[in-house]
Amino acid sequence: RDFNERCAQCSEVNWGLTDGGRFYCRSCHNVTERTREVVNTDFITNSRVQTISKALRKQEKNDGGCEWYICEGFQLVLKKQVEALEALGVCPQLKDEILCNFWRCYLQKSKQAYCKRPAGETVKPLSVCESSTDVDSDPERPSLLHLLSLSESEGDLQTDCSFASSVSKVSESTSVYSGSVDGSLYLMNNQKEKLRMTMPMTLSFCYMALLWMREPMTLSELLRFVVEGHIPYLNVFQHFPEKMKLCGLDLKIFCVESWPVYEEVFNKMHELAAFLDLPRFPDITESCFLHPDMLCMKYLMEANLPDELHNWTCRVVKKIGIGEVDFLTLMPGNKSTRKVKYDVLAAAVIIVVLKLLFLLDDHYEWLLSEFAEERNKNNTEGGPYFEFKKWYEVVKHSLDVEQKKLDEERAKYLWRCEKPLFYSVKNKSKVLKRRQMVVNLQNQFGKLSGSMQRAEKPNPSSFQLSWSEENTDGSCFHGHSLKGILQEKCGLLTAMNPDYWLCTVKLCNEKLCGHLAHYKEVEFPQSYHFVLGLFSFLLRIQPSYIHDEVCMIEHKLFNKKLCKKLKYNRVLRK
Amino acid sequence: SSNEHKLNFKKSKEACLNYIQDALLQKQWKRAAEFLTCYVESLEKDYSREHIGPSELIWRIGTEILWHHSQSNMKEFNCFMEQMKTLGVKRYLKVCLEHVFHLLCNGQIDEAYQNLSLAESWRFGEQTAIQDKEMKMIQAYRGLLDYCSWSKQKNILLEHGEDGFSDLAVEQEMHGYFRKAAVNLKEIIKIPGVWDVFVRCYVDLLEFYGDHNEARQVLNEYAYNSKFPANPNAHVYLYQFLKRQGESKKSLISALKILHDIVPSHELMIDFNTMLQKSKKREKRRVGLEVIFATLDYAGWKENAKAWSCLSRQVKQIVISEKHLDWIKQEWNSRKDWWPAFHFSRYLAKRNWQENKSLSYEKALVAGILLGKGLFFF
Repeated sequence: RDFNERCAQCSEVNWGLTDGGRFYCRSCHNVTERTREVVNTDFITNSRVQTISKALRKQEKNDGGCEWYICEGFQLVLKKQVEALEALGVCPQLKDEILCNFWRCYLQKSKQAYCKRPAGETVKPLSVCESSTDVDSDPERPSLLHLLSLSESEGDLQTDCSFASSVSKVSESTSVYSGSVDGSLYLMNNQKEKLRMTMPMTLSFCYMALLWMREPMTLSELLRFVVEGHIPYLNVFQHFPEKMKLCGLDLKIFCVESWPVYEEVFNKMHELAAFLDLPRFPDITESCFLHPDMLCMKYLMEANLPDELHNWTCRVVKKIGIGEVDFLTLMPGNKSTRKVKYDVLAAAVIIVVLKLLFLLDDHYEWLLSEFAEERNKNNTEGGPYFEFKKWYEVVKHSLDVEQKKLDEERAKYLWRCEKPLFYSVKNKSKVLKRRQMVVNLQNQFGKLSGSMQRAEKPNPSSFQLSWSEENTDGSCFHGHSLKGILQEKCGLLTAMNPDYWLCTVKLCNEKLCGHLAHYKEVEFPQSYHFVLGLFSFLLRIQPSYIHDEVCMIEHKLFNKKLCKKLKYNRVLRK
Repeated sequence: SSNEHKLNFKKSKEACLNYIQDALLQKQWKRAAEFLTCYVESLEKDYSREHIGPSELIWRIGTEILWHHSQSNMKEFNCFMEQMKTLGVKRYLKVCLEHVFHLLCNGQIDEAYQNLSLAESWRFGEQTAIQDKEMKMIQAYRGLLDYCSWSKQKNILLEHGEDGFSDLAVEQEMHGYFRKAAVNLKEIIKIPGVWDVFVRCYVDLLEFYGDHNEARQVLNEYAYNSKFPANPNAHVYLYQFLKRQGESKKSLISALKILHDIVPSHELMIDFNTMLQKSKKREKRRVGLEVIFATLDYAGWKENAKAWSCLSRQVKQIVISEKHLDWIKQEWNSRKDWWPAFHFSRYLAKRNWQENKSLSYEKALVAGILLGKGLFFF
């Protein structure tokens, strides 16, 4: 119906659909490989589907493989990921409506499908020398190595070189560089305008869709679920259908050997949103999960801090205007507004509040704690007063235990999967032998491990640390009162702490050095470092990112005083 | 710069290795096995740029774990070693050799011998030439095991001889082992190195069959060839051989000279001093004094009555003859600052008197002469 391509054999435009969802020409019964999913054009109005050059139309390969394009691969990856998200409780609209459309839009914009292919550009794989000439004199070889170096996935020099040399020795003129049709082309076309798709970018897509739907999942949670294995990422290619053979350069594209970094996924998402010319995202209002007030509540619970602190976080949020709809909602392409990291922002707000109330200079908070302890002795009614010292001990203990577990897990990650990867048919047997040996050794030493075989994946949970009020050992601080550290002034409860120290007097230029401030553990109080560490663990990001946000909030909060001070300094100098 | 913190395959495996190392050092074999299970997939990645690759690490770590783990047995161990042999052709002979060592430690002499023979017949293109050293080791150890067999046969023969039986078959076998052993042992000791056990065995064979010249030559080479690393045992073996041969005191003394230089505290220094003291040559007696003083510089000899008696005898003799007192002065010069506290303290004096009267007596003599009057030893 919407498929306007001319049949490769008879040039007619008379298509029908096979049972397998493929298009076939009613005139000459030529079956294409284009499946309905990819070609459905309801989203696009005035575009023509690309014509695949005749030279590529080969018969199905002997090994049962078929021709497939890199973008098809990524489409499968996204499909798997979004299905996993659905299983985690995200609403199904995400898959059927949002992500699908984002993806199609991307394909169109990056001219991989649904568009007229620019003249002169054909998807022709790099051909290989016909004769088995001397490897050194092969002019094709440098470019292959160059391709291998272009990809972001880490490779090893020897495997790359041996692959490159083995390929040049093959005397067939088939595309042996990759299992996919356009693997080599994909890596070559490194133009930034086209925003080449990568594995980390699949997560950017997911996050973008989640944000659009305002789902209760932050980016840090998403990435944590990825690492915990609830969302396919590592080795997702093993779920590709049998006939989609992966080899050669495909590995560089689809095999990842590192976990995605928050910043990378975050920045890419924004690039993507601008690239796709998306309009303003749905508003993030006070009732949204991503609003700082909501996230603060969640993080306060998880950090085992008193609920009463929530009043304070709301006050800070209100004062500096970061709860405003316009501040929080994403406006793609708008370079002037700072991109909001909702989770990091909320954590930073809590830290600022802690600094406001407890100072956190390695002295005051302990004094205050002793003071609260004293008052607690006479406190007979209501809940206990919050004592920093007790909280620190309880949380530190749990944090240490969890951190230790996490560190061990990280050391025990298994990166390889059952599906063996080979660059070329030539090293297939070697790869299989190695795989077999690895499996043997794993069995042998696994039996000697003593502990259970690899524990089941932990159930996905939004909370990593949980504290129960029912525990009689007093290890839950949610219900504790802040009265112990507050004083009454003019009928209002204010903090006893009159001081505050700024993390940095002057903010850096983020565009120049990438950060607002530079965090060095030794330059800051241990308590501050502890608190940063706590949220760093919960969000699975580097403490310096949270530190940046803290600096930003502080500068907004004390803006007037800072301006005055600068003016004063200038006056002095004159 | 955010990429520095990226957790990737390499970092993950490095962390894994750290955990393995900790577990090994604390002898937590189960835990080490647990982490090794996670580490082995490194084999699927190439590390040719690193100094030590995963295959070598897995071999060494796996060997340790399997050797010590309570649930492991020789069958498992052997199976593992066979796999390791296929893992790196450049290490093949080394792995074979280490496997043999473990078998020997476990008392499986026959299996060890089989493995050695198998390894000896291994050929692999240019690797055979590259791994020449390991091959020589393998042959040497096979020679050593042949020597053990020879030794066994010899004992049987001697037993039978006592009973009046003569066993031709045993004798033939014995000679056969001798030939096999001699060939290989001879080869290895040509190469500069420390081959104590091979040298001893070879010399034993030669002596049995009466080839004393060859034995003497071998021992001389071993002790005096500058290409060989300095080895006190070489001199000990030579000295013991010469003694067995009934050589003159002169050659015995010359055999111990270098030993004194290398290991002044060696137990043979007592013999050395005894011979030198009795020498007619003045120079030799001088050296003797030097030797015995040097020996007593070492804490291990502090309580040795024999050493003190040697010293006291010589010192007494010099004092009585009133010749060469300057020798004593010279030796005492560098020692007068610390020997009193080291040997002649009040505390030691008391203790020596309580524990070992003869020691005390000798020391007292020496102290008296060296320290002059006004002393608590008397």
